Amino acid sequence: MKARVHVTLKNGVLDPQGKAIGHSLNRLGFPEVGDVRQGKFIELELAETDQAKAKARLDEMCRKLLANTVIENYSIELVG
Amino acid sequence: MKAAVLVFPGSNREGDVAQAIELVTGRKPQMVWHGDGDFEKTDLIVVPGGFSYGDYLRCGAMAAQSPVMAEVKKRAAQGVPVLAICNGFQIVTEAGLLPGTLMRNAHLKFVCSDVHLKVETSQSLFTNRYQAGQVIRVPVAHAEGNYFADDDTLKRLEDRGQIAFRYCAPDGTVNGTGNPNGSIRNIAGVFNETKTVMGLMPHPENAVEPMFGGCDGKALFEGLVEALT
Repeated sequence: MKARVHVTLKNGVLDPQGKAIGHSLNRLGFPEVGDVRQGKFIELELAETDQAKAKARLDEMCRKLLANTVIENYSIELVG
Repeated sequence: MKAAVLVFPGSNREGDVAQAIELVTGRKPQMVWHGDGDFEKTDLIVVPGGFSYGDYLRCGAMAAQSPVMAEVKKRAAQGVPVLAICNGFQIVTEAGLLPGTLMRNAHLKFVCSDVHLKVETSQSLFTNRYQAGQVIRVPVAHAEGNYFADDDTLKRLEDRGQIAFRYCAPDGTVNGTGNPNGSIRNIAGVFNETKTVMGLMPHPENAVEPMFGGCDGKALFEGLVEALT
């Protein structure tokens, strides 16, 4: 099955890249853009058919490598 | 003092730190490749600067999971001193040997210049040749040196004297102008609880000979030799 992991900065952690993107969008004629937060999107192919098992393994992957939990949150989505 | 210097794909300051160590000890350190899960016992382990694994995923994240770092974690737990510089600092925080993390510089630019540092304590293997409050000048070269930790962690670090260096103005004032990257509370280097692991973003190994513009980093290596020989 396929899994999608989103890694985002925790609330309260300054995101200078997100800020710069927001400023650029404002300058490009998108004044409606307010706060921008930037993150990562990771797609993984898993040799696993049990959804619960896959989620537990992905959770471990996120904690061990994919996210730095000092500053980042992660969310896991299983697809097909 | 016998030292080991780790080498990852993408390390680039391992030669500089090896030279600094040779300068103060008279002998070359052992260079240890990242795939080596075991290496000769040494009095000091150095994790040098560079761009290990091309900074993929996050700076230091891949290197932190390498075989050599599993061994470094074991030895650090036994009390073997670890000096982690720049990318090395990023690697050991990712490996959980030091608290906090290094984020993208607040101004988003790579910064390469001399900075002033206030020595916070002389009570460590790494800083015993300095005076508390002393101002030293050493270079930095990084894009991700913006130290961050949550409030509880910062309080714990400060209460236990685990801050090693803070960025400051030339006169020692710790303020925004002396801070090259936006680090929280101007933190440039920290210790673990036992003060046997130190990580810092600046490069003391590049300030050991007058022809390179200053020698303020040399005392760090001399102090280690004194403490570990």
